[in-house]
Amino acid sequence: MALAFDEYGRPFIILKEQEQKTRLSGLEAQKANISAGRAVSRILRTSLGPKGMDKMLQSPDGDVTITNDGATILEQMDVDNQIAKLMVELSRSQDYEIGDGTTGVVVMAGALLEQAERLLERGIHPIRIAEGYEMASRIAVEHLECIAQKFDFGPTNIEPLVQTCMTTLSSKIVNRCKRALAEISVKAVLSVADLERKDVNLDLIKVEGKVGGKLEDTELIYGITVDKDMSHPQMPKQIEDAKIAILTCPFEPPKPKTKHKVDIDTVEKFQTLRQQEQKYFDDMVQKCKEVGATLVICQWGFDDEANHLLMHQNLPAVRWVGGVELELIAIATGGRIVPRFQELTPEKLGRAGLVRERSFGTTKDKMLYIEHCANSRAVTIFIRGGNKMMIEETKRSIHDALCVARNLIRNNFIVYGGGAAEISCSIAVEAAADKYPGVEQYAIRAFADALDAVPMALAENSGLQPIETLSAVKSQQIKENNPHFGIDCNDVGTNDMCEQNVFETLIGKQQQILLATQVVKMILKIDDVISPSDY
Amino acid sequence: MAIEKILKDDASEEKGERARMASFVGAISITDLVKTTLGPKGMDKILQSTGRGNEVTVTNDGATILKSLHIDNPAAKVLIDISKVQDDEVGDGTTSVVVLAGELLREAEKLVAAKIHPMTIISGYRMAAECARNALLQRVVDNKENAEKFKSDLMKIAMTTLSSKILSQDKEHFAQLAVDAVMRLKGSTNLEAIQIIKKPGGSLMDSFLDEGFILDKKIGLGQPKRIENAKILVANTAMDTDKVKIYGARVRVDSMSKVAEIEGAEKEKMREKVKKILGHGINCFVNRQLIYNFPEELFADAGILAIEHADFDGIERLALVTGGEIASTFDNPESVKLGHCKLIEEIMIGEDKLIHFSGVEMGQACTIVLRGASHHVLDEAERSLHDALCVLSQTVNDTRVLLGGGWPEMVMAKEVDELARKTPGKKSHAIEAFSRALVAIPTIIADNAGLDSADLVAKLRAEHHKEGCNAGIDVISGSVGDMAELGISEAFKVKQAVLLSATEAAEMILRVDEIITCAPRKREDRM
Repeated sequence: MALAFDEYGRPFIILKEQEQKTRLSGLEAQKANISAGRAVSRILRTSLGPKGMDKMLQSPDGDVTITNDGATILEQMDVDNQIAKLMVELSRSQDYEIGDGTTGVVVMAGALLEQAERLLERGIHPIRIAEGYEMASRIAVEHLECIAQKFDFGPTNIEPLVQTCMTTLSSKIVNRCKRALAEISVKAVLSVADLERKDVNLDLIKVEGKVGGKLEDTELIYGITVDKDMSHPQMPKQIEDAKIAILTCPFEPPKPKTKHKVDIDTVEKFQTLRQQEQKYFDDMVQKCKEVGATLVICQWGFDDEANHLLMHQNLPAVRWVGGVELELIAIATGGRIVPRFQELTPEKLGRAGLVRERSFGTTKDKMLYIEHCANSRAVTIFIRGGNKMMIEETKRSIHDALCVARNLIRNNFIVYGGGAAEISCSIAVEAAADKYPGVEQYAIRAFADALDAVPMALAENSGLQPIETLSAVKSQQIKENNPHFGIDCNDVGTNDMCEQNVFETLIGKQQQILLATQVVKMILKIDDVISPSDY
Repeated sequence: MAIEKILKDDASEEKGERARMASFVGAISITDLVKTTLGPKGMDKILQSTGRGNEVTVTNDGATILKSLHIDNPAAKVLIDISKVQDDEVGDGTTSVVVLAGELLREAEKLVAAKIHPMTIISGYRMAAECARNALLQRVVDNKENAEKFKSDLMKIAMTTLSSKILSQDKEHFAQLAVDAVMRLKGSTNLEAIQIIKKPGGSLMDSFLDEGFILDKKIGLGQPKRIENAKILVANTAMDTDKVKIYGARVRVDSMSKVAEIEGAEKEKMREKVKKILGHGINCFVNRQLIYNFPEELFADAGILAIEHADFDGIERLALVTGGEIASTFDNPESVKLGHCKLIEEIMIGEDKLIHFSGVEMGQACTIVLRGASHHVLDEAERSLHDALCVLSQTVNDTRVLLGGGWPEMVMAKEVDELARKTPGKKSHAIEAFSRALVAIPTIIADNAGLDSADLVAKLRAEHHKEGCNAGIDVISGSVGDMAELGISEAFKVKQAVLLSATEAAEMILRVDEIITCAPRKREDRM
């Protein structure tokens, strides 16, 4: 560690407790960072593509997760290294922004780092590499726009959307029934999409899972499911044309916020108080009945007496419904959430065509379905599956598929998958490299090589000869000047992705390249790592 | 190198072959653990809990065994999970599902060693599972139309399920019990309506099904012990002091006489409540909550049978059987539905007094009273009976039935073998392996019964190459027998669930090529 001395030869203290810190600087620091980043990307590399493998993760509490989703793997991995954390962030931001391609972005960043290491060894300054990468990423993104195709679909023609979702789902464990799940996802997105504004609020799609049954039993419900049952076992299990009162006030006597005491000192007071109390319940139930509600959904619990009164008045009720679910119900049924009984009016009631209770399996699990809502904009995807891990993984896969469908609605340009887009970009970047004078040229060329990493990993995971396959596809693309050729992962016999119907969204791909470049630039610029020693 | 240090200190990471090895080893060891419980001659396990008292459970039920294990291996956890789901979903076949998944993995291990990629194995397994399911679908028998035959099917299924349990000695008796109970449900799968009461003493043969309803409670003192044509009010209300629920209310008095007055008012209030309850014209009152001495006395005075502290299940069931509604307020007696039954009496089972409601309106619910030598026997008997009830109630909904005794496995194996021969490419190895895994189940059944499994299974296979064969392993005589004649049947739904969940689990474990174990959370209060 570098030490500074004054003219008497005494050391200056620059860092506090200098001896206890480890410090890496210069090329050494960059190399350490790069290798950490690559280590992360190496873990994910084998998960890429339709033949990618899963990872089994055991959390600190011993729960097991089996997944193929890059963002989930990294999140659960609980990494310690700072640079590795950056990669985790990278995958997470791709997840937030696009929802899909979380594995690809990390593999891409890993490849860029690998190339950068070689350039560093040749003595090229990291900033120059970073700048070269920046230029190259701009070229790649522009090129993507050139090769992107507009993609027509409408509420009646959903087939193209389904195909795209299927590409996403085919890399997951659920690919057995990817067709059905893709259709469910597309229908769900379309029913909540605002095609005018080209926006989709994914909050309106609720993904629920329940263990048991088969994956094929997964269904789309035009409505809401609530994991609750009727408060009284003898209330009707099915209500048609329900008018729903959505309450956030408990069926209990009011509890004023200000501190108060009611003193009972005479028998009369005791009796009036008692009558008062009974009246409260009566009034509350009566209020609900008066406005014409046929179902009461309450955020809080209610007293046994209130419960019986409701039952008595033939007014089914559900208690302890969570806040988020309550909001969803309100949106779906077009009702208003009512915080006080006095404010209950007929207009504030929500409407639903059918409310029913369903039970599952041999255990007494019950769920409430609220269907045919006034505002059918809220939908639920209800997943069934053999075990808990399967359901969790299906949830993640569905989430990815939903995001893809949403992205297509936002921006209906697509590029071809199976590595076709990357190969095409790589060719374009390579060609552009020669035009740049200066050292950046090398960085740009390295970027082109890094772009090849994704198709290479795809080929490797599919059991093909990576270099052989890649060079064959590349030459085919150049010869026929057609950016549709990719890696034939599923052994279909053709590598024209247009025929195989393997699409990815344009914005997803662009985002991948931009995010990966950004993170790599950030890592390259670090030339000093100071960290506390291990003890 | 420093690069590998991206995970926390205690975390571990296993890759590729090692990861696969770890999961195979874990899954197979779990399989070997429960393997010996399979089949009618399967053995039981003793489980000792680590909790206080070191309670002991003796069981043969796969799900119960696996639930009680503390496992660290992630692949083993997947298997435990599928067994639990099988228990929740169909109730039986919890051991079979684990054994099949384990056998599938054992075969996969060999294939992986022979350099076949896991993804190829998976796609082969999928094809095989589909084919096996179709084979079963072709051979199912559906006796929905014929009530008489269907009932005998149910009976056979119940006997087959029970034959591997502790109840196998009296399986006919219990099968009858279970079938009767399930038939009363009339297609509902709500097993809560069947109440199981365990009373130590007597022998298992003394267990019986009661058409009425038995409540494990005592009748209050001084109240009638027997009521005919009872009108029952089922309630959930406080019969102690009936608190004032208005927030912040409290009693503040300045003299002793006032206290007495308020106490009087309170008593008056209770008396009024009781009067209101009496106003319903009832002669039996069942409450979920406590009944204090004072109201109890009032009820006794009125000659009404009052039962306190019946738990929630009891109340719900009682309401269900007697057709009454659960009441909490008593202001308008005319609109409250009362429950009815012909006779309420106190009966003795062993040394305990129970309240027996007979001649109830709704015949859906019933009670099974289990008798047996010890708590362990009773617990195991309950679990076995629960399995049988679950299977039966599922069969009532899905009436398709298959033969048992390894017959379905052999049928599937035969079809899958055919498929393997037709399929080109590496997948055919995987398909063949699937069929071997299926055959492993009859092999284990035979092994557990101490029979010469190799010989028997070979004979069985030969038999199955004839058309329309009903051959399976007859464990009792130790030979290949006609399952249709022996009356050994299984529910299609159970077999299907076993097949699909086992394949799914095997697939999941096979797909893994890396295991990352996070550093265990540090606990402060480690013992």
